[in-house]
Parts: sequence; structure tokens; C-alpha cells
Amino acid sequence: MHKGRRSRQAQRHWQQAAHMLGTIAPGIVWIVFFLVLPSAYLISVSFMTNGPYGLPQMPLTLQAFSQLLGFGFLGWSPGNLYTVLRSLWQTLIATGFVIALAYPVAYYISTQPAGRRPLMLLFVVVPSWTNQVIRAFGWMNLLAPDTPLSNLAGALGLVPDQMGLFPSNFAVVLGLTYNFLPFMVLPLYAAFEKMDPEIVEAARDLYATPVGVFRHAVLPQTLPGLMAGTVLVSIPAFGQYVIPQLLGGGKSMMLGNLVARQFAEASNWPLGAAGALIMILATLGGLLVLRRLGRRLGGGKEVVL
Amino acid sequence: MTGGTGMTSEMTRDAVEAAAPQSASGETAARRQESARHPREASSISLRGVRKTFGGGVVALEHVDLEIEAGEFFTLLGPSGCGKTTLLRILAGLEEADSGELLVGGRDITTISAHRRSVNTVFQSYALFPHLNVRENIAFGLRMRGVERAEYERRVEETAAFIKIGELTNRPIEQLSGGQRQRVALARALINEPDVLLLDEPLSALDAGLRSELQVELSQTQQRLGMTFVFVTHDQQEAMVMSDRIAVMNDGRVQQVGSPEEIYERPANLFVARFMGHTNLYSIERDGEGGLATELGRISGCEPGAGTHVLIRPETIDVLPPDETGANRFSARVVERLYRGAFNEYRLDCGATAIAAIASNRGQGHYNEGDEVTLAVDCDGLVFLGD
Repeated sequence: MHKGRRSRQAQRHWQQAAHMLGTIAPGIVWIVFFLVLPSAYLISVSFMTNGPYGLPQMPLTLQAFSQLLGFGFLGWSPGNLYTVLRSLWQTLIATGFVIALAYPVAYYISTQPAGRRPLMLLFVVVPSWTNQVIRAFGWMNLLAPDTPLSNLAGALGLVPDQMGLFPSNFAVVLGLTYNFLPFMVLPLYAAFEKMDPEIVEAARDLYATPVGVFRHAVLPQTLPGLMAGTVLVSIPAFGQYVIPQLLGGGKSMMLGNLVARQFAEASNWPLGAAGALIMILATLGGLLVLRRLGRRLGGGKEVVL
Repeated sequence: MTGGTGMTSEMTRDAVEAAAPQSASGETAARRQESARHPREASSISLRGVRKTFGGGVVALEHVDLEIEAGEFFTLLGPSGCGKTTLLRILAGLEEADSGELLVGGRDITTISAHRRSVNTVFQSYALFPHLNVRENIAFGLRMRGVERAEYERRVEETAAFIKIGELTNRPIEQLSGGQRQRVALARALINEPDVLLLDEPLSALDAGLRSELQVELSQTQQRLGMTFVFVTHDQQEAMVMSDRIAVMNDGRVQQVGSPEEIYERPANLFVARFMGHTNLYSIERDGEGGLATELGRISGCEPGAGTHVLIRPETIDVLPPDETGANRFSARVVERLYRGAFNEYRLDCGATAIAAIASNRGQGHYNEGDEVTLAVDCDGLVFLGD
């Protein structure tokens, strides 16, 4: 009697396990083939030697990493480090601009009558229907020397006379901000839509200044949207290739361009792989920082990224 | 837990200490110093010609004049959409009146923004900060005003004990029951020692038993603190149990202001009478001989007041055996008897109209459905009303 029940139970467990395995197996296969194996390959390439024809070969060395740090045939140069730092710096600034722009936009849309909101959200998204390259070319034309915007900037003394706003670091940050704005507006809007306005009023009622109201009532309530938006903006911005390539004019290279160049013109796969590896590690590090920040701002609560 | 008065003076003294270092206006500090020596001086409220229109031309408040006395438990009572919540929000500074004046404690605060008013609100949904725990929620107002940590922590403990949630201070908000949240919201507002405490239907989300318990507690708290409370509700029973005075509102106007007894026993018009739950309302026509023709029959010998309608209060009607006829007596048939323990409530059919009567239960027996009876109407139970 007992034995019968137990074996039936065991059988059910097996069925459940088989069912679960069947459900998740396609996902596992996908991840193994398209994430785990390529990453393993990437990591192994980054520790290999660059061959005479640009192909990775044995023995294993740290040559690629020392090259990435700037040690080359001609001694040490800070170029690569600058590129890494510039990538970080431009990502941070662009993300900051995106946040500053997206908050009022998302809030404004959430206060509109329900019937009008989908249209307004559409306006936010519509620009991204055009190819990124074409939009970058558009900005090139707007910011080139001797255009109204550049002349205005020149007249105000912001740039040397006859110099355009493009190509420059400024153009890259502008391009990144413009490009990634929708990815912040949408999650923030979703958060604003769920926000309890009475909690905002409670903060006002309890002597919070406008800044205090934002810090203590609006920010904690929109934090999940802000975190999601920051991830969606900063990770792709950090690895951006097209925008720095076109708007930076070769002067404002980001890590993505450095990596791309090693696999193409420079034919140095180990260095490219090392750059890509550093990019992944920096992204993971950034996520950890973001997570801690979210926990602090959210009153010790875990924010799911 | 100390006694009520002890708590009051304790809280007042703290308010002075708290206000002193960061008080921008010497006037406020002086006023608080004043209240430290004497028992707390509550603040009166004057609303003069307050008007509020929302977008689309919806008139929320037509023209409101109200005088709320210091230390009073004042209730704004009315159906939803009558403007009572808008009026409360104007008091809180969360909404701006189109025109009119608002004075608290004699000072004009019409243009002062919400975070600078010494007025705190207990919101309908409580609006507790979900990312803060109970202690941090209660401390919020003091922290925003720059009170030092040791000071506000001591006062949080005191206030939490006073509101009987001392053991909950480290709990996160989502672990609290509805009644506990209500108490936290109350503590969060009271700790600031406001001139006026506003309560926006704070009990409406609670179940009946807890609700009546908290009604008593809330009015006791108000009496102990002697603070001016402005309470909003749509429940006339709640308003009568708790309030010193009630303002009945409808369509953006104050219909009547008075004590619960006045509002219930002498409603000023048909709306107030209906809203207070009266059903025995009849239109009247005067005949030349001082009599009144109603749907019920002719009522004579009573001092006829002004108005187009008469209210016959059900508890003033005597239900008699069918043969005891006479002047101001009408025969009726019992349609329904509702046994309420302390009294019997009768629904009666008078031929042309229906009437309700309440007979207190003194063990005299009762009538059953279908019984013929005689109703004796007493002149003292008549209330004359306008539209």
C-alpha cells in the first residue's frame, strides 16, 4: 500500500521534471549555442597570440591585454585607455541627459487624458523607425560647419570660429542622447502611470520642498522604470559603434569602434576579443553599481533589473 | 503611556525646541513659545467666499463661508461630488481656490503652499510611503523640517505609543493591516503638531467593527489633544457620532451648519432631511384655519412653521391600537416590522402614502405585519422645511 503510493509519487516527480525540462530545453540550447560557447571562444581568443596574418594562434599570453593597456612596439601610449575612459564618460553623460529629458516628458505624457497618450508615446518612438545611420547623417548635416546651429555656437563663443559642432565629443553625446531617449521615456512612463499621486501629495503635505517631493515621493515610485531605462540606455550606448564613428569623425572613438577595428582593418583578433571582454566586464560592473544604487534609493528594497 | 494632557504639553514643548533652530520667521517661534507656557492653543479656521471651478466649467465649490472654531471636531458631510473633498484639499493647500479667503488662527494662508502650512492630512488611502517603514513614515514631516535625529526619534517613539502602535515601528508598511495603516497615517500627521488636522474619509476602507472602534478612538484623541480636526465623510451616522459640529454640503454649497442634534432634529431643508436618513417627508398646503393638508391627512392645532414640507420624525409617532382615533391620528396598516432589539421599526401604509415609525421596546409587545393601527402625530415631532 505504502510502497504503491511512494512509487506513484516518484513517478509524478519524474513527470514534472520531464515536463519542466521539455519547457526550458529550447531556451537552454539557445543560450548554450549563442551565448555560452561564443563567450568561451571570445575569452579564449583574448588570451591567444596575434599571428602574422591577423589570426589568433598559440601560445596563450596576456599580450592582448597589455596592448589594450597601451604597450606596443613603440612603447606605451595612452590612446586605448583614453578610448575606454571616453566610452565610460560619454555613456554616463548621455545617460544623465537622457534621464533629465525623459523625466519631464514621461511625467507630462502620464498627466494627459488617457485617449491622447498612445499618440504622444508614438511621437516619442517614431524617430527610431528610421535607420540609425540615416539619423546620424541627419545630425551631421545639422551640426556641420557653416550651418545655423554651428554659426550660432560660434557667435556665442562656444566653439572656435568657422569650426562646426561636428565632429566632436559633443556631437557624439548629442547623438547618443537623441538615439536612446525613447528607451528611457517608455519605462519611465509606465512607472509614472502606476504612481500613486496621493503619496506625492502626502509628501507636499508633510513639509517636503519640491526637491524633497521628487526625492522622497516621485523617485522611489518611479525607480523601477528609471533602473530599467538606465540599463536599456547605458549598456547599448557603451558599446555604440555607428554614432561615434559618424559624429565623432574618428576623433571621438569609443570602445565599440576600437573592437570593431581590431576585427577588420587592424586584423588583431586577440586585442579585439580582449576589448570585448573588458566591455562585458564593465557592463556587469555597471549593473552591480546600479543595483546597489537602486537598493539605497528604494529604501533597502531589491530593484529587479 | 502618559495621560492625555501630559502628552499634549510634552508635544508642544518639543514643537518649540524643534521650531527654534530653523524657524525662519520669529513670529512663528514666538507663537509657539506662547503655546508652550499655556496649554496648546488650537487654531480656528475661517473660509470666506471660497469658490473653485475645475477645467471644463465644473463647479466644485459655489461659494463657501464657514467658521470653524478652535479645538472643534468639525465634519464636512455630503454625498460624493458635493465638494467636501475639494474644500479639504483647499485647506491642505493641495488645491488652490479660484477666489475667496482662507484664514487659520487669524492668519491669511490663502496663497501659502502646502509644504509651508501647519496643516496636516490623513489621506483616504493613507498614502503611506511604501519604501519607508513605520518609524520612517512617522518621522517624515519632522525630518523634512530639519529636526535633529535624536529629537525626532524620541518623538516618534512618543507618538507611536500615544497612538498605540509602539510595537510596530520597525515594520515595513506592506505588513500592516488596514487599521494599523490608519493609525500610522494618523501618527504621521499628529507628530507635526499641526494647527489643524484634516481627515479625508480615513475610516471608509475599514470593516464595520473596526470602524466604530476607531470612530470612538479618533474623537477621544481629538478631545485629549484639543486640536482642531476637520473630518470629511459621506456617512451621516459617523458624522453624528464623532462631531462637535457638522456642515452638510451639496452641489458645492453648504446646506446647513450645526451640532449633530440640530442637523438631525431640525434639518434646514429637504436635502439635509433626506441625507440624514429621514423618510417621513410630506408636502404641505395650509388651509385658512391653521390646519395643514398633507398626503397623510389633515394636521391641526400645531404651530405652523415656514416652509413647503413637513418632516414627521419617526421616533415621535405613537403606534396605538386601531380604535384610539382622534385629532392628528391616522389609521394605518403595518407593512413590515424590523426588530432592532432596543426598538421596533415599523413601515406603515396610510393609504395615500407610506410612513415609518419607531417604537422603543419597553416590553409592551408589538404589532405584526398586516395589523391595523392608529398613528398619533405629536406637534413637537414636526419639522417644517423649505426646498
